[in-house]
Amino acid sequence: MTAIKGSGLAFTVILVALLIAGCARAPAPSGTNDPYETVNRARFDSNLALDRALSGAPESAPQTQPIDSPEPTDLAQTDEAPVAIEPQRPSFFLRIVSNFGANLGLPSTIANDLLQIRPDRATENTIRLVINSTIGLGGMFDPAGRMGIHGRTSDFGETLHRWGVGEGAYVVLPVLGPSTERDTAGMAVDMVIDPLRFVLPRADYGWSLAARGAARFADRAEYADLLDANVINTSDPYAQARLLYLQTRRYHLGIENEDEIIDPYADFYD
Amino acid sequence: MLISTIDRRRVLTGFAALGCAALIPAAPAAAMTEAQARSLIDNVMSDIHTIINSGGSESQMITRFEGIFDQYGDVPIIARSVLGPPARAASTSQMRAFTSAFRTYLSRKYGRQFQRFVGATAQVTSAHPLQRFWEVETTMTLRGRAPFEVRWHVSDRSGSNRFFNLIIEGVNVLAAERQEIGTMLERRGGNLDRMIQDLQQIG
Repeated sequence: MTAIKGSGLAFTVILVALLIAGCARAPAPSGTNDPYETVNRARFDSNLALDRALSGAPESAPQTQPIDSPEPTDLAQTDEAPVAIEPQRPSFFLRIVSNFGANLGLPSTIANDLLQIRPDRATENTIRLVINSTIGLGGMFDPAGRMGIHGRTSDFGETLHRWGVGEGAYVVLPVLGPSTERDTAGMAVDMVIDPLRFVLPRADYGWSLAARGAARFADRAEYADLLDANVINTSDPYAQARLLYLQTRRYHLGIENEDEIIDPYADFYD
Repeated sequence: MLISTIDRRRVLTGFAALGCAALIPAAPAAAMTEAQARSLIDNVMSDIHTIINSGGSESQMITRFEGIFDQYGDVPIIARSVLGPPARAASTSQMRAFTSAFRTYLSRKYGRQFQRFVGATAQVTSAHPLQRFWEVETTMTLRGRAPFEVRWHVSDRSGSNRFFNLIIEGVNVLAAERQEIGTMLERRGGNLDRMIQDLQQIG
């Protein structure tokens, strides 16, 4: 009964999402389409403030010593340099949080792979889900990754792209951060069509969402140095975040745009 | 009979035209061979690998990265491109100062980030002509992580084989730095000298 009610709701949400995103239909996107910049900037600033509050003020907070100690230092460096750089490794705990949440996201990815008619990706992600849920102790570890089965995440935003929907305007969502109109519509649909929602009891599904949120936070902690160098410590963090988000997102979706290629020799020599 | 002859000629002419068209984009890249483009990037990556796994201090590494940018990268053209239109108005000495400050800034910013690749393996996977240069695709693999792709843009149009851009998982480094340098200049009312001075302090 609930399943039927759920799928009816899913259908409605997909329809609405398509209608919204349909307006944004566009050819291969390039550059930035940011008509809501003022609102976006305000949200970006409050997201950064929240991020700072959650992760403890100065970005370079003392990192927990990695329990997952780096491979036996095979480099003959120990005697030579007292100030040797420690390879940055995420703490054991953060890695588990990240793996666990990522695993809970796999059913949703697989559903979208199928909606995109990409059986190869669906198969690989399913194998990953099976291996990590069993041998990986419910997804806490990533033995599939060690076997070279890394999978590839997907979402309904990508499904919409596959169905020909353009990316729309750039938006910054409260708490969730950078997105586009199409991908925001996709997120709403993903909330509704997530297979786990139909399988797990309601309370458990709530916990699964919390775990996925925690995984995002763990990932953010793991890549803190990259975020600092490329976004936080630049002269216009908002503009850098927008550029990086749009470029990586388009790359993930396999969008190549000739206009984005820079040939400095053509600019100055020819 | 006649018709078929004409058709054949037409078809052949068509093929010839197509052939020429296909050659045009490839021609400029022909000066530099695929093997040269690949080996340039092979060498860059092997040198970077040596540096990050050498266990030197951060400042030592950054100095060595500067050396790599100089040896393999087209730093003057990268700097010019990043500065954009203001480069045309800049004097020779300003350009020299900017190029030098930019080289240091770039080495600091990216040199630090390279350090997370201690123990990583990198390899050239393919190379193909793109517009009027070569794009060399490489794969970086960190233990227990999904491999990711770095594309290097390589050209010999300044006289020697050099890389001038990097696309890291879709992120165009020249585009990102254009944005950054553009903002820095704008915030200083377009005063290039002040921007150069501040750029030297960053990082």
